[in-house]
Amino acid sequence: MFSLGLTGLLVRRNLVFVLMSLEVMLNAAGLGFVVAGARWHQADGQVMFLFILATAAAEVAVGLALVLEIYHRFKSLDVDELSEMRG
Amino acid sequence: MQLAFYIASAVAVVSTALMLTRLHIVHALLYLIVSLLGVAVVFYLLGASFVAALEVIVYAGAIMVLFVFVVMMLNLGARGVEMEERWLTPGIWVGPVVLAGILIVEVLYMVRGSTAGLGAGGVEPKQVGIALFGPYLIGVELASVLLLAGLVGAYHLSYRKVEKREIQHDADTHEGRAAAGGDLVLAGTDRPARTP
Amino acid sequence: MIRLLWLIPALPFASALILVLIGSRLSKRAAAAVGAGSIGFSAVITILVAASFITSPPPANSYTQILWTWISVDGFRPQVGLYLDPLSLVMLLVVTFVGFLIHVYSAEFMIEDGDYSRFFAYMNLFVASMLMLLLGNNLLLLYLGWEGVGLCSYLLIGFWYRDPANGRAARKAFILTRVGDTAMSIGLYLLFTQLGTFGIQDLMQRASAQWPLGSTYAVTAAFLLLGGAIGKSAQFPLQVWLPDAMAGPTPVSALLHAATMVTAGVYLIARTHVLFSLAPSAQLAVAVVGACTLLLAGFSALVQHDIKRILAYSTVSQIGYMFLALGVGAWQAAMFHFVTHAFFKALLFLGAGVIINALDEEHSIFRMGGLRKELPITFWTFLIAGCSLAGLPFVTAGFFSKDLIIWDAWSAQNGHPAFWIAGILGALLTALYTFRLIFRVFFGPLGIPVTKRPGYRMTTPLVVLAFLSIAGGFLKQPLLGFLHSGLPSTMEAHAGTLTETRSEAVAGLIFLIGLYFAYLFHLQKRNWAGALVSGPVGRSLHQWWFADWGFDWIYDKVFVQPFIWASEINKSDFIDVFYTGVAWLAQWFYRGLSRTETGRVRWYAAGMAAGSVLFLAVVLFK
Repeated sequence: MFSLGLTGLLVRRNLVFVLMSLEVMLNAAGLGFVVAGARWHQADGQVMFLFILATAAAEVAVGLALVLEIYHRFKSLDVDELSEMRG
Repeated sequence: MQLAFYIASAVAVVSTALMLTRLHIVHALLYLIVSLLGVAVVFYLLGASFVAALEVIVYAGAIMVLFVFVVMMLNLGARGVEMEERWLTPGIWVGPVVLAGILIVEVLYMVRGSTAGLGAGGVEPKQVGIALFGPYLIGVELASVLLLAGLVGAYHLSYRKVEKREIQHDADTHEGRAAAGGDLVLAGTDRPARTP
Repeated sequence: MIRLLWLIPALPFASALILVLIGSRLSKRAAAAVGAGSIGFSAVITILVAASFITSPPPANSYTQILWTWISVDGFRPQVGLYLDPLSLVMLLVVTFVGFLIHVYSAEFMIEDGDYSRFFAYMNLFVASMLMLLLGNNLLLLYLGWEGVGLCSYLLIGFWYRDPANGRAARKAFILTRVGDTAMSIGLYLLFTQLGTFGIQDLMQRASAQWPLGSTYAVTAAFLLLGGAIGKSAQFPLQVWLPDAMAGPTPVSALLHAATMVTAGVYLIARTHVLFSLAPSAQLAVAVVGACTLLLAGFSALVQHDIKRILAYSTVSQIGYMFLALGVGAWQAAMFHFVTHAFFKALLFLGAGVIINALDEEHSIFRMGGLRKELPITFWTFLIAGCSLAGLPFVTAGFFSKDLIIWDAWSAQNGHPAFWIAGILGALLTALYTFRLIFRVFFGPLGIPVTKRPGYRMTTPLVVLAFLSIAGGFLKQPLLGFLHSGLPSTMEAHAGTLTETRSEAVAGLIFLIGLYFAYLFHLQKRNWAGALVSGPVGRSLHQWWFADWGFDWIYDKVFVQPFIWASEINKSDFIDVFYTGVAWLAQWFYRGLSRTETGRVRWYAAGMAAGSVLFLAVVLFK
């Protein structure tokens, strides 16, 4: 799942898709944590998943606000357009 | 039990893969929701019912809905599909697939031979709750702060855009400048000159 | 009284320092007062010291005054000490007195120059260095003075630095004397490492004790010191810098390049005469160098038309006489000629300065003429000096000193008839070019009219020096007697058919012959001179001697052009590659790395992914 998310991140140029792939990656990481917790019969895995979830939520909120801002400024959602910090 | 697990995980993986390759953004979103639901089922099958519920409610329910809202606001439509068509050439998949493939191989290699102990009971939500209020208390507090920060940030990023335009119109006029009370008011401009 | 010895170099040093620090804020009168006054005081003190020395001579006829220890490193302790004996006393008197006169002269000569105080600062520094050279009791101190006068020569030749030609002349002088200085310093190191001391008297004692006659060390050291003397005194083969040094102001030419600096080489050889006595081949080389130079320069002087260049070649030639005297062992004759030469050559240069100034910077004698009536004082003093230079019998000092040398060239221990013939021929040439100069400049129809006449500050030194050019001759016996205690007297070896009076008669005759021919070609029948030069033989000889026997051309081809060629090849300086290479490498890396900074998120993400893949691979398959 993580690899799929990574692939999606690298391939797609639409900013929203990038964020979605990011979500997939986070989800995959959380899945890994829960499985590990279940394997070792500890609560820590699920606790970690909870934190990851909180983080993802916050990140999505801010990220989508940024997406809107970018769309209004650059008039496009192409990730490659956002390369003003090139060297 | 095992079969259910395999079916659920297959659904999750396949729908994620499908999500990646869609041209229309809303289609991809819907596939993502399906994928998340599949993962939730996997959670439940592992005995972690608490997180399964959380996954559905928060992840698929709140976060994905947020995505849908934003996509709707962006209102890309057919133009978006065209753009995607242009961008997704076949050749572009090669590099990332290779990279991700190597990553999969490595991770599999790392976790080989440790498949014992799955499904034997699970971790009760009660245990999770105790852990949260016990050792992970600070983490919880921090998470709440993080959410607050996210809230404020998102609010701020979208607030400024609207208000600023209105203020700019006002500031061009003399009254607007004085009324705004900024410190760049020229000396004596807000008062008629008095002859001594 | 004799303890005031240290003041003699100290006063010029102090005044040079004052002029350097606050000279630009002083008025011209004040600067001249400081500059000339310090030398005047030094001259007075020298006279007092001399009086004290002569009336009550110190033991061993030498007086040493140690001032302080210069360096103290592990047994190597050279001191700053002053050594006074008849040799250095004679030179001191000449340097300070003539120096003072020249300073007074230049107070008026340089009056219109904007860099007035700088001039006096340099001149004072020069005199101070020269005095250090003369008074130093060890070779290090002598070398210090040596370098100091070289530096001041460079500064003063290139005094009018805004004209790049002057800078080139100054550099040429400095580089050529540097060649000599390098040889000399190697000689110093040789002496020190072999004999263990720098003190001159100690060196001479140890050398005569340890080294047998003609030992390799003595010969090598003597030749190296000779190299230094050749460079500084502008002898063959390093004589090419002196004519070009005339680019400096005339008082500089008078002081440095006539009376004092160029005689430093003579002083060096006279000081270390013990060493040269131990190395007969070196001493012979000194004589040969002297003889060659006096003839070389004499011929060159005959065809020049710049008045200062004629005098420059004349100086080279006369120092050749001094070297000849040193080479045949006539030490005292060399010093006597030095004294008289200082007088009349300085006078000639100062007179030339008056003429150049009066004719508004005209240097060519062929454009001058008829100045006899216009500048009477200058004419008479110049005539006296010229006669002294050419050796007018019995009346002038130059006659006595030059003829002593010519006689000793025959009769001294290392004398040889060939040297005598060279001396006589040189005397002929001297008479010829001197009177050519005098007849062209002062006689005949008026050339360029006179615009400026000299004031009393310029004419008084001329008169004083003229008096000395005559009276100096009568100093012969007292001077020789005085020097006897410092320098070994010349022993007459082979007298043969020639006696001193006969030699003097021949010399007098030569003088008259030269005078006659000069009169003929340059006054009476001037067109004959033109005819002589325009014939094929005459013209090629004229060109050859005019270019100083082609030495400049040879040096240019042998040294200067290859050096420039090598520098051109190494223009990009392969050593620099080490440094520019580092810079280039950094830039190359920069260019490469900056291409990874695309600003695209996906690129960075790919980088992270690739990095983590690599990292995992390393961890797993270690």
